[in-house]
Amino acid sequence: MPDGSDIVYSYDGSFEGLLCCVFESLEKREVPAEILLKDAPQGVLFPVKNIITDIHKYDRVLSAVTDKISFSALDFARHAFLTCLPQKERYILLFLRLGFQYGASVMDMLTDEVVNTLFKAVKHLKRESHLLKGFIRFSVNSNVLTAEIEPKNYVLPLLSRHFCGRYPEEHFLIYDRTHGMALVYRPYQSKIIPIEDFLLSEPDPEEQAYREMWQLFYNSIEVEGRHNPKCRISHMPKRYWKYMTEFQNKKNCLPKLCEPCLKD
Amino acid sequence: MDVFEKLKILTSAAKYDVACTSSGANKKAVPGGIGSASPWGICHSFAGDGRCISLLKLLMTNVCINDCKYCVNRCSNDVQRTFFTPRELADLTINFYRRNYIEGLFLSSGVINNADYTCEQMIETLRILREEYRFSGYIHAKAVPGADTALVAKLGMLADRISVNIELPSQRSLQLLAPDKPAESILTPMEFICHRIQENISDRKTFRHTPKFAPAGQSTQMIIGATPDTDYQILRLSHALYSKYRLKRVFYSAYIPVSSNTLLPPVGSKPPLLREHRLYQADWLLRFYGFSPGELLDKENPNFNPFIDPKCNWALNHMEFFPVEVNRASYQELLRVPGIGVTGAKRIISTRRTGVLNFDGLKKLGIVLKRARYFITCGGRTVEGLKCNQDEILKSLLSKRALSMYNQGLPLQPQPEQLSFFDEPLLSEGDNRKCLTGQI
Ligand code: SF4
Repeated sequence: MPDGSDIVYSYDGSFEGLLCCVFESLEKREVPAEILLKDAPQGVLFPVKNIITDIHKYDRVLSAVTDKISFSALDFARHAFLTCLPQKERYILLFLRLGFQYGASVMDMLTDEVVNTLFKAVKHLKRESHLLKGFIRFSVNSNVLTAEIEPKNYVLPLLSRHFCGRYPEEHFLIYDRTHGMALVYRPYQSKIIPIEDFLLSEPDPEEQAYREMWQLFYNSIEVEGRHNPKCRISHMPKRYWKYMTEFQNKKNCLPKLCEPCLKD
Repeated sequence: MDVFEKLKILTSAAKYDVACTSSGANKKAVPGGIGSASPWGICHSFAGDGRCISLLKLLMTNVCINDCKYCVNRCSNDVQRTFFTPRELADLTINFYRRNYIEGLFLSSGVINNADYTCEQMIETLRILREEYRFSGYIHAKAVPGADTALVAKLGMLADRISVNIELPSQRSLQLLAPDKPAESILTPMEFICHRIQENISDRKTFRHTPKFAPAGQSTQMIIGATPDTDYQILRLSHALYSKYRLKRVFYSAYIPVSSNTLLPPVGSKPPLLREHRLYQADWLLRFYGFSPGELLDKENPNFNPFIDPKCNWALNHMEFFPVEVNRASYQELLRVPGIGVTGAKRIISTRRTGVLNFDGLKKLGIVLKRARYFITCGGRTVEGLKCNQDEILKSLLSKRALSMYNQGLPLQPQPEQLSFFDEPLLSEGDNRKCLTGQI
């Protein structure tokens, strides 16, 4: 392993920027001890090298990854970049370095610490995004659909295709409270933009009626003889309940969730 | 009656239907329309009983001219009756769908007036959704037993999945408990749908724009534990349904007593959930693990062991098959190891191409070593200090609770009291084969 572990990189937080870190690392034959965001508070002991995002370097790394490793490795790295794994940047850099060494088979090296860690992180991301495809609840307000989520991973890019493909004629917005971003769509245009805050407006009578019908359906569909709260929680962890219509009344709310739900 | 009350009645009446999956179709919204379907299906919520809620599952009406003994909607039962109009149903579906509550509609119905009329009402609902709303989301429709095949064909052109419930696992049971449903009324549409699906697939190869007939295939459901049929009979029936009618899924539904009838387990007895669970496990083994029913059960042991899952049970009875060497074993061999599932086996195959696997590596791949270690070697070695006797193995395969009950010889679930029905001679083996040749 090339030395240079007493160096820290900082970058602009973009995927392009990260690939420039990879470029630097390969060129200088060094592996940074950490990769930080440019304006993160820096209490580090090592000298910090600021990596400038250079689109030519990015392009070179990009085509090297697809040529020497594989398209699926690039896809994997892009996904890994959306995860909430601490130090994901360094893991991605190490992963790509391994890829340049072993080629396409790096994707099968699941027993390797780096590959394994990233693999799990990406799985977590994909699971969360899959669950949210089902758990997101829209409110209809003046014919605009709005929803709020609080995901651990940055899932909006993964949700975009699904919801744009599902509601091509609607106007909708999904607000990601964790990351302060929103997916906004109007017929046939979508973008992901930063948003400061977002407050769901009071439901109109029609919206309220559908919410209640859904709650009624939710409560009626359970077969009491089979009540199994453990199984429910394992499929639908409690942290998702907060924004789900079926839990926004007294009866279904867990004590912990009741307060914020009732205040709304 | 307002829509709330109708919704409550018609949801409660449909909840015993177990199928709620939305898998098997892959569609995008059409221009000017709404809705899509993904091949793996999406769960939108989980009910208090832990079951996935994917579709708006309800009955069009709970009015029914039939008197199936095991069903809450039987005409002799004193319950409030109501119905949704096709327009009401379609509007409700779209409004739930827009809010992302659901993946689509699962429409079933009691038989109102007659089978054809019922089927026509269902068709009209689906027509409004597909044509007026240009809805491309998932629709599962239940074919009404006894309806004209032309109507079933129409229904299949509008639905993604279509199902006919086989209801009970044998002819005898059906005769006793569902006197208005002759077996032909179930098997004829099943066979018809199977043919239409096959025909449609080949038509689509020739003419690319042929509209799809039930692209997510056909499924069925049977009630478990209302009748004395054995697990072996049930599993053989499922196996035959998969191969003969190419069903996508067979669902099992533990019987929940809804009526007092000397032919049925008494009201208040617990549904046989564990048995249902074992059947699902075994069903999985048939579909994805390459097991045949005869490997899991036989005439001498016609029921699953409540203490241990069918795969472990098979392994314990076939120790001569083990240990398998993870670095060399084929995919099929790996699948037979307790603790290695479909994902695990696939990962082993791809990972071992990059180097020799050891136990540590297996753990990283998510293999449950606690179970698997008795059945595998890594590079010719077993786990260090492994004691390979029956007791140790059982301990690792059973949960603590199950183990202690096993040692005390207790049953895992309270058994329903013996019923007159059970004293009759058990059904002959040929019964379920007959049922599949259409003479049930
Ligand atoms: S036909 Fe269907 S709804 Fe009617 S009683 Fe029989 S099972 Fe119930």
